Amino acid sequence: MPVTRAAYDKLVFELSSPGRFAYSLPESDVPDSDPAALLPAEHVRATAAELPEVSEVDVIRHYSRLSQMNYGVDTHFYPLGSCTMKYNPKINEDMARLGGFARLHPLAPEAGSQGALQLMWELARDLAEISGMDEVSLQPAAGAQGELAGVLMIRAYHLARGERRHKVLIPDSAHGTNPASTTLAGFSAVELKSEANGDVDLADLERHLDEDVAAFMITQPNTLGLFESKIHQITEMCHAKGVQVYMDGANFNAILGITRPGDLGFDVCHFNLHKTFTTPHGGGGPGSGPVGIKAHLAPFLPTPVVTRRDEGFGLDWSRPQSIGKLQAFWGNFGMLVRAYTYIRTMGPDGLRSVSENAVLNANYMLKRLEGDYDRSAPGPCMHECVLSARRQKKLGVTAMDIAKRLLDLGFYAPSTYFPLIVEEALMIEPTETESKETLDQFCDAMIQIAREAESDPHVIHQAPLTTPVRRLDQTLAARQPVLRWRQPQ
Amino acid sequence: MRYISNTAAQQKEMLGVIGASSIEDLLVRIPTKARLSRPLNLPGAMAETDLVRHLQRLADRNAGADDHACFLGAGSYDHAIPSPINHLISRGEFFTAYTPYQPEASQGTLRSIFEYQTMMAELTGMDVANASIYDGASSLAEAALMAHSVTGRDTILVSRGVNPLYRQVVETYAEGPELKLKSLPLGDGVTDGDALRKATSKHTAAVVIQYPNFFGCLEDVRGAAQVAHETGALLIVVADPINLGLLTPPGASGADIVVGEGQGLGVPMSFGGPNLGVFAAKQELVRRMPGRLVGATVDVDNQRGFVLTLQTREQHIRREKATSNICTNVALCALMATIYVAILGKRGLRKVGELSTAKAHYAVRELTKIPGVRLRFAAPFFKEFTLQLPKAPERVIKRLLKDRMLAGVPLKGFDRAYKDCLLVAVTEKRTREEIDAYAAALAAAVA
Repeated sequence: MPVTRAAYDKLVFELSSPGRFAYSLPESDVPDSDPAALLPAEHVRATAAELPEVSEVDVIRHYSRLSQMNYGVDTHFYPLGSCTMKYNPKINEDMARLGGFARLHPLAPEAGSQGALQLMWELARDLAEISGMDEVSLQPAAGAQGELAGVLMIRAYHLARGERRHKVLIPDSAHGTNPASTTLAGFSAVELKSEANGDVDLADLERHLDEDVAAFMITQPNTLGLFESKIHQITEMCHAKGVQVYMDGANFNAILGITRPGDLGFDVCHFNLHKTFTTPHGGGGPGSGPVGIKAHLAPFLPTPVVTRRDEGFGLDWSRPQSIGKLQAFWGNFGMLVRAYTYIRTMGPDGLRSVSENAVLNANYMLKRLEGDYDRSAPGPCMHECVLSARRQKKLGVTAMDIAKRLLDLGFYAPSTYFPLIVEEALMIEPTETESKETLDQFCDAMIQIAREAESDPHVIHQAPLTTPVRRLDQTLAARQPVLRWRQPQ
Repeated sequence: MRYISNTAAQQKEMLGVIGASSIEDLLVRIPTKARLSRPLNLPGAMAETDLVRHLQRLADRNAGADDHACFLGAGSYDHAIPSPINHLISRGEFFTAYTPYQPEASQGTLRSIFEYQTMMAELTGMDVANASIYDGASSLAEAALMAHSVTGRDTILVSRGVNPLYRQVVETYAEGPELKLKSLPLGDGVTDGDALRKATSKHTAAVVIQYPNFFGCLEDVRGAAQVAHETGALLIVVADPINLGLLTPPGASGADIVVGEGQGLGVPMSFGGPNLGVFAAKQELVRRMPGRLVGATVDVDNQRGFVLTLQTREQHIRREKATSNICTNVALCALMATIYVAILGKRGLRKVGELSTAKAHYAVRELTKIPGVRLRFAAPFFKEFTLQLPKAPERVIKRLLKDRMLAGVPLKGFDRAYKDCLLVAVTEKRTREEIDAYAAALAAAVA
């Protein structure tokens, strides 16, 4: 349902009233507790931080109202392509909040963290089975950090063989994190032109493969939602030149139980547990980006590695060739509990069924919409489809306009302008958790917008009208950045 | 099938519309050779009741802070979490949204991040803070990279008072750009001033210190800033924002970038993640910052609204030239911290600091009465401190675990020089009774 336009326009600071408070803290129960006597004066804050003074009711009402200014999967269909905005099971949340998990300190003695370590060990094995990889590190905090870990392992592998390679090949259809992670790992990213449907251009790949290429990074299925059919040929061509092949696992929701990156010849792949494995997106994280590798890369895994020993589970730090640590502790454990819960809930048949239904839903939408929007590629798609609004653009209606109009019609928008190789791209990912009824409502809305583009583009250009704010001035925000609240003088 | 909405009849109907006879028809692009020809080898689906029982059993095998007195710190702390936080962050509109790409339908998340940025800037004493990085360690790594790109210099001087786990993460991130990391020695618990002066040169991109440092001691931030700035280097300070309700904010002492772990602000310890990477800097560095930034603007009706801004720094626009590869961050943890700070407010946060200080100092007084137990460093400390024990800390920890106490973090694994040391943290949550019981148990364990 469309959100009614809220009259609420407060920041928590603007609710503040001196002397009001919401906290409950005990009185000190120890003697000699005057901080002025315990801490040297230069270490005590001279002026208090300007923080709000509000009551608990203020807090509850304010943040409840803010939440109502959001669309989420729990309230709206959220077909944001490449992000897999599926339903996030509530039982996952209960399990992540169990005291023995949520209130466990990361440096608790191993004897006092056996349950947590066992869960991690089992989850890593499950992900290895699902991906066909030999080992999995759960440490990366999100997909981009998984990429960094993967590319650093590739770098360490080549260096250990006495080879200093400088380039990583990345198709122009890739997620922006791929070239960014590659640069961060000290490589130069070389962009390859994709074929129109997002497939790898084999002749172009062949031209680029040489002794200076460390890795080829591709998304499978690709960002147009198509399975790269020539994948075995690609991995073989790369391996013949000593090039490692990395799979961006953002689209894993298409292939569970159907095909496995490890069997396709990939050397590394990462997972986004916040996509395929139902951990919530939280308005922009936390995510979790485990990385799977083949055995030849195992010496380079991030430390520590969760291991099973005779006396129980433990953390193995003695990995002399490791790329090191990525975050202070062992991974986004709270997310791991949720993903583990999901995998155990679904079982092997359930997981396969997830991908089958994700593919079915995407193809159904593609079929229903192909009359009114241009397809980016012929044939069936996998778990998402990319349409182009180039026809609408000729009428003065852009992909962004369509996105805004969808908000008024009660839907979050698809990803827009990605992948970059499709003009006026609308990337739609329904996921398996949506019903035919929801898909029909969304397709009806999309078709309505296509008609409006022809007959009444004004209604699209004004959109959104029903959201808490209307179209926002991005240029002003960037030109005169106001990045914090300040007390009006 | 659970969580799949379409019925078999609907699936058939949809296939009919598509013009396919089965889902197999839709998978034609996957060559037979690429297919998995067997079911995944995973345990079968579990009913909810069985699964809850199984996970409860796993959780019960952990020594969590619900039934153990937790004196562990070193980057994760058992602070009290006010009840409203879990209620509010569990609202599906926050919980199940994603990065606010459509700002008109994401004002709740955007507003909360704007509030978060303001709070972190206030606490750290800096001009601006970003929307979050994964954790304190990766924030520090990003800060080191930023200092390198701002100064064009390649050496980072890192004090040995910086959490060794953080230093390891900086090493990982330094590998690609080939930054030179040099460590600064300690003199009695704090960074050695003479060594710092000697090490700083025109090649130094940044000096990194932690405040209070890993061993709990309070560093001279102002002095370090002076030395760093004399050679044109930046000062990066690692600080836990929960402490900065009481302690002098590093921004007031001359820091250029402040990073830290914000987990204490209402985020559960959760075996070390997800955490909250705080990242704040001076205004003039804002266009070199990593991560998301939310800014205020107006809509077409001139009504106030909020958007992701300065996005040309970021990977989805700038690709290989981005300031960082970060995309998904930890927005929900930032929301927890925002609500925490709103609840504790101006006075409450200071009070948390006062209680932690008082209890930590009481604990030191009691614990050092035990023969052979002494404070390892003379430097002033805050809520965490390093004890030297007459018996192997590992044995003491094992013994106290039986009494449902998490005695502290043994430092042997971090540095052999401190093999007889135990790092102890005392938050506002610990009671005098727990501290007294800890002292009695420690006395028995080392006797």
